[in-house]
Amino acid sequence: MIPEIARALDARLRMAKFARKALDHVFPDHWSFMLGEIALYSFILLIVTGAYLATFFDASSAKVIYHGSYKPLDGVKMTAAYQSALHISFDVRAGLLVRQIHHWGTLIFIAAIAAHLMRIYFTGAYRKPREINWVIGLTLLLLAILNGYCGYSLVGDELSGEGLRIGYAIALSIPVIGPWFTFIFFGGQYPASETISHLYMLHIFVVPATIAVLIAAHLGILWRQLHTNYPGPGRTETQIVGSRLWPTYAAKSIGLLLLVFSCITALAGLVQINPIWLYGPYSTAASQPSAQPDWYLGWIEGAMRLFPGANLRIGHGLIPELFFSGALLPAIVFGTLYAYPFIERYFFTDDESDHNVLRLPYEHPFNTAFGCAAFTFLLVLFFAAGDDIIAVATNGSVVTIRTFLRIVLFAAPAAIGAIAFILCSIIRRRRYGQNA
Amino acid sequence: MSANRGGSENTGDSGRNPAPMQSGEHKQKQQEAPKKAQIVPVFIAFLFGAAAAITFLYVYWTTYQTMLMGWTLGLSLALFGVAFVLWGHESSLGKEVSQPREIPSSDPKERQLVFEEFYPPGEGIQRRRLLAVMGTAVAAFFAATVVSFLRSFTNPPDQSLFGEVWKSGDRLVDTDGKPVPNNALVTGSTMIVFPEGQVGSVHAQTVLIRVNPADLRLPPDRSDWAPMGYVAYSRVCTHAGCPVAEFQAESNVLLCPCHQSTFAVLEGARPTGGPAARSLAQLPLYAGGDGFLHAGGDFSKKPGPGFWRI
Repeated sequence: MIPEIARALDARLRMAKFARKALDHVFPDHWSFMLGEIALYSFILLIVTGAYLATFFDASSAKVIYHGSYKPLDGVKMTAAYQSALHISFDVRAGLLVRQIHHWGTLIFIAAIAAHLMRIYFTGAYRKPREINWVIGLTLLLLAILNGYCGYSLVGDELSGEGLRIGYAIALSIPVIGPWFTFIFFGGQYPASETISHLYMLHIFVVPATIAVLIAAHLGILWRQLHTNYPGPGRTETQIVGSRLWPTYAAKSIGLLLLVFSCITALAGLVQINPIWLYGPYSTAASQPSAQPDWYLGWIEGAMRLFPGANLRIGHGLIPELFFSGALLPAIVFGTLYAYPFIERYFFTDDESDHNVLRLPYEHPFNTAFGCAAFTFLLVLFFAAGDDIIAVATNGSVVTIRTFLRIVLFAAPAAIGAIAFILCSIIRRRRYGQNA
Repeated sequence: MSANRGGSENTGDSGRNPAPMQSGEHKQKQQEAPKKAQIVPVFIAFLFGAAAAITFLYVYWTTYQTMLMGWTLGLSLALFGVAFVLWGHESSLGKEVSQPREIPSSDPKERQLVFEEFYPPGEGIQRRRLLAVMGTAVAAFFAATVVSFLRSFTNPPDQSLFGEVWKSGDRLVDTDGKPVPNNALVTGSTMIVFPEGQVGSVHAQTVLIRVNPADLRLPPDRSDWAPMGYVAYSRVCTHAGCPVAEFQAESNVLLCPCHQSTFAVLEGARPTGGPAARSLAQLPLYAGGDGFLHAGGDFSKKPGPGFWRI
């Protein structure tokens, strides 16, 4: 059967030569090279579950009175969107499982991208000739975060409304273009009834389609350039060592796909996530204390809490405090990431050569120290997003914890960065002697 | 049963499972015998995976149990995954291969040929230039069209952001729409109010608090805004727009639960802690001759989070 199909295709497309080359394509084996694959397979699962959910979801802010099978909310006024999300959770066969797969899948998708990014950074894989994929990868991370935000904002439960409210305020805080930009994105003044259709179109079509196209480009470039290798016997700038696509790599990769699906599915079955029926419909008059965004926005939430209450007035213009923590800080973080390979090359290394063998973290103490410091900075911000929860848990006051975190925010990265730098320098000297 | 089969394969091929064997392959069979033993775990994982998959399908068709579905589906996928990984691992042992890398950049001569093809030197320059100009113009036109079409997505923000929220003389009403009499609150208590006819409005939601008039330290120009110790502030936080939902009577502080900004009720809702930098908008009040509370005008400024032209 398969040979017949292959023959028929080849008779029309002349594929034999390419197919043979493709089956012989070499991929290196290392656990850290699977992070990007995990992201890819999570994305596939997100597309499949997303299509399923979109079939039942009603992206409408029309008000309805709930009379569904979840009795505690019987007779409660809510949006049609929230009603349909409850319907998915309680009445659709496997609906709750798929909803939870979609949510867990998103958390893992973005975590895998972030881990992949760190692997690339700490091993110097962003260097020539792979700057294009560095830029594409960062764009994928941005789009993934954007789509996660759009997705959980659609549902119309208390938490999603709170996220929308804060997102609206951040967008509004952008100098000069803020109001127009915000109104175009959200469809009007918060809470606009058009918001949900804007976010829905972005969430189920515009952003995923862009992600899919960029993933194709990302993989196409990877295919063309061949993967990097960790240093080792036979692994040189002009030679790659690994296993062939067929059958070894294919079998392992299909295995990984199944294991990724398995982990997400098992999590979705066993660990409840975003139980929207417990939050109740969004009410514009309430706000839930100790509400947290999904993890990938935690660092922005933390920055919003730690940034002091200081705004800037320029003539008749105002730059609110929220702009610095909610918009400028993320812009600086991503701007630095985008520019990093180019800054390193033009201002520091002046290195025009290709790098197909990875750099071990200790070989470039500054790079590693800077990365560790930046990661620590973001981690402290992430924990700051739960400062009220920490306060309750430790019987402390939010003010004290905030002051403490503000100090830690700058002290910890400095300390961790210094330690990383010293450790890397020591290891490098041991390996290469004094001249390193 | 699977254990039986595994056992039989472990103890050498006794002909119990002869299907894949062919008489001509006898020699190969001898060489691959140890490999077959390694394939046993793959097969076991696959079999258990299939059993879990069938269980999942049964659970799906007969119940609505999320946890059981997740368990069985996750388990079957895990076992299938393990089978594939083991198979791949086993086939890769001692089979590391290498492949030369091509230098990514082309030969300079080849590059030059492409440039010349694209832009032949000295020939038809004018025509090529026209093509470039047209291309740029069309691209610019499309970009301008796309940006213009964004205008369809909203009305201009100014009217919503700068529009009047409270009109002078508006009666304060509670969440049920009932007017608020001037004996509605005792000192140290609070309620949510709206302009009459706008109950539930996000933008206009206002917190009414009654304090001891002697304690008030409002800005001088607001001295007559708080009849009988009633003060009213916009309930939308100036930081990120959350409802400033908590009133702490003992310290006369309004607290926003989202990011823990605090505002001094006695001092015109001046920010005293947390990330908010601007005071809450204050609503001037007067006690009407009808016995109800009224707005003496609009908020002292636009309520809610800040923006460029506030």
